[in-house]
Amino acid sequence: MGKPNMSLKKNEMPVQNPDVRNSNFLEVALGYTEEQAIDEAKRCLNCKNKPCVSGCPVQIDIPAFIAEVAEGNFEKAYEIISESSSLPAVCGRVCPQETQCECKCVRGKKGEPVAIGRLERFVADRHNEKSGQSFRKPVPNGHKTAVIGSGPSGLACAGDLAKKGYDVTVFEALHVAGGVLSYGIPEFRLPKSIVQKEINGLKELGVKIETNTVVGKSVSIDELMNNENFETVFIGSGAGLPRFMNIPGENLNGVYSANEFLTRINLMKAYKENSSTPVTAGSTAVIVGGGNVAMDSARCAKRLGAEVYIVYRRTSAELPARAEEIEHAKEEGIIFKFLTNPVEIKSDEKGWVKSIVCQQMELSEPDESGRAKPVPIPDSFIEIPTDCVIMSIGTSPNPLIKSTTEGLETQKWGGIIADENGLTSKKGVYAGGDAVTGAATVILAMGAGKKAAAAMDEYMKNNN
Amino acid sequence: MYEILEKRSLNPTVTLMKIYAPRVAGKAEPGQFIILRTDSEGERIPLTVADFDREKGSVTIIFQIVGSTTEKLNHLNVGDCLHDFVGPLGRATETEGLKKVAVVGGGVGCAIAYPVAKKMHDMGIEVHSVVGFRNKDLVILEDEFKKVSSKFVLMSDDGSAGEKGLVTDALRKLIENGEKYDRVITIGPLIMMKFVCQLTKQYEIPTVASMNPIMIDGTGMCGGCRLTVGGKTKFACVDGPEFDGHLIDFDEAMSRGSMYKPFERKAHEETCNLFKGVE
Repeated sequence: MGKPNMSLKKNEMPVQNPDVRNSNFLEVALGYTEEQAIDEAKRCLNCKNKPCVSGCPVQIDIPAFIAEVAEGNFEKAYEIISESSSLPAVCGRVCPQETQCECKCVRGKKGEPVAIGRLERFVADRHNEKSGQSFRKPVPNGHKTAVIGSGPSGLACAGDLAKKGYDVTVFEALHVAGGVLSYGIPEFRLPKSIVQKEINGLKELGVKIETNTVVGKSVSIDELMNNENFETVFIGSGAGLPRFMNIPGENLNGVYSANEFLTRINLMKAYKENSSTPVTAGSTAVIVGGGNVAMDSARCAKRLGAEVYIVYRRTSAELPARAEEIEHAKEEGIIFKFLTNPVEIKSDEKGWVKSIVCQQMELSEPDESGRAKPVPIPDSFIEIPTDCVIMSIGTSPNPLIKSTTEGLETQKWGGIIADENGLTSKKGVYAGGDAVTGAATVILAMGAGKKAAAAMDEYMKNNN
Repeated sequence: MYEILEKRSLNPTVTLMKIYAPRVAGKAEPGQFIILRTDSEGERIPLTVADFDREKGSVTIIFQIVGSTTEKLNHLNVGDCLHDFVGPLGRATETEGLKKVAVVGGGVGCAIAYPVAKKMHDMGIEVHSVVGFRNKDLVILEDEFKKVSSKFVLMSDDGSAGEKGLVTDALRKLIENGEKYDRVITIGPLIMMKFVCQLTKQYEIPTVASMNPIMIDGTGMCGGCRLTVGGKTKFACVDGPEFDGHLIDFDEAMSRGSMYKPFERKAHEETCNLFKGVE
């Protein structure tokens, strides 16, 4: 390897101009060219102890793949990544690298870390462009296993098991596979064609996907195991149940959960002309919440033509969303109202949202989450005129599977109880991702899916 | 794929279809619903299960042609396939402890009321059925209802079928004549169910109403189908679709149901024009 590139800054990622992109749904970040990728890869010092790998929930051998990029061996780099990750084109886009691999990078001590995420994306996209270079189909081992949910944890689990020769069927409740990757994360952040390519890759490995099947309704876990001979089941059903604030006016016309708003747009393509599913963001939209889903909702509403406010009860410093998402939202003209908490949504004479009344807050001592606790300032209310309100204050696991599976233990708040390998209280049944932890990230869910796959492999190997 | 096995017109605007969907047929119970899409770009619409045949793996749906998707659905024929068909969703009708019930259906809601009446009849529960339509051309399932009901009252707005009047008139008469019901089950237009529930509240007869709000996923994910029951927000898809009729906020439900009316009207017109162009 040649001399490292000692530039203190990452190669910039080309992006669409904010004033252009805030009215289209095309991808915001455009990806590195080969030259940029090689130049960036040369910033890696190839540390012996690989601190970056310890920050990766699926333990990709990061310095090894980057070394191949630096040499221009892009396909070799892809092979190294795919040993650990089933969805590199997805993770290169949506992982919070700044708190994972990149925050451990030695280069980050003085200057910016190596742009690991951007390089991962480059390698995956380049591989996908040259489709046809697929892996050999594994030799079947005669064991049958079921995966519930085709989101990140389910796909990661299915991919790992299929590579080992298992006969894997993924059951998906919606009409399209991908879970939150399909219904939640918008096109401009994660193009659906990328998600489909990753899923097609799994199908080439032999994974079967049965859409339109709601496990717990169409078929139960016990029926899958007893009647359809699945030896093990992995539950990756996510955390899809939206929370509301329980304030007056929340059921008015024009009030959406972020889930509904995003599902209409991403899954049902309501942003396209001639879509058969409608959505309305009004002329002014108020998004309540400060996480990544709130940013996604805000940026979608902006693209539908609304003036968009994000109402958050803490300050900019406490926003749970990724820094990059907040930056992108600001660039696109989203207006942030901090220390503001909704108390009522008011109606016009036709039952539609007219305005949202919020109380001003101030920060006091940290609460149990470690963040400063917002407390209301008495008699300090503001009213924002709006015709659309999107509640983006979190989700919890769907109780459908729990309520139809005897012997499956859950936490009080609904999360499925599983040990560190994903094993639940029920023999042969594993779980991982948001269904266990509550809402978290794509990559943590994938990590859990992979861990469970390893444990399921051990169990089935010894279960002849 | 979800093949159409049978198609029958029940009246000029209401069609019955049997769809091949073995997983749904294997688990469906009266009171539950399915969600379908006609094509790869289609919207998801919920329809209540009208009947099922576990052995043949078929599920019967009955729908009124009211919008773009039902228009498209009605243009499909035996041998064609639906793009998506998922279910059974929601909770089944509860029948425990019932000895005598009144089933009150209105319009195409009778298609949903019938399987409920039939199930109760088959379980040995005495069923009185009161069904209402605008006029005689729109009457559906009359013979079927008669077979499972020890009393059957047909009402029409203009008197062209059965008696002239509203279902609430007929129900009031039955109650005034001393019929004692453990429960009234009402399925039909929101405004009809609202008045049925107001009536039965006066007589303190427990009443359930089957709600059919706008929804997308049908599994509790979007919250679009939420309604207020006894001051609490409920999701029709997973908590329902049947709720205590005396606690439902019908006015809110009617308002929410009208949310996309202009869009729906336009989409329906466009679909009709499309078919006109082809035919």
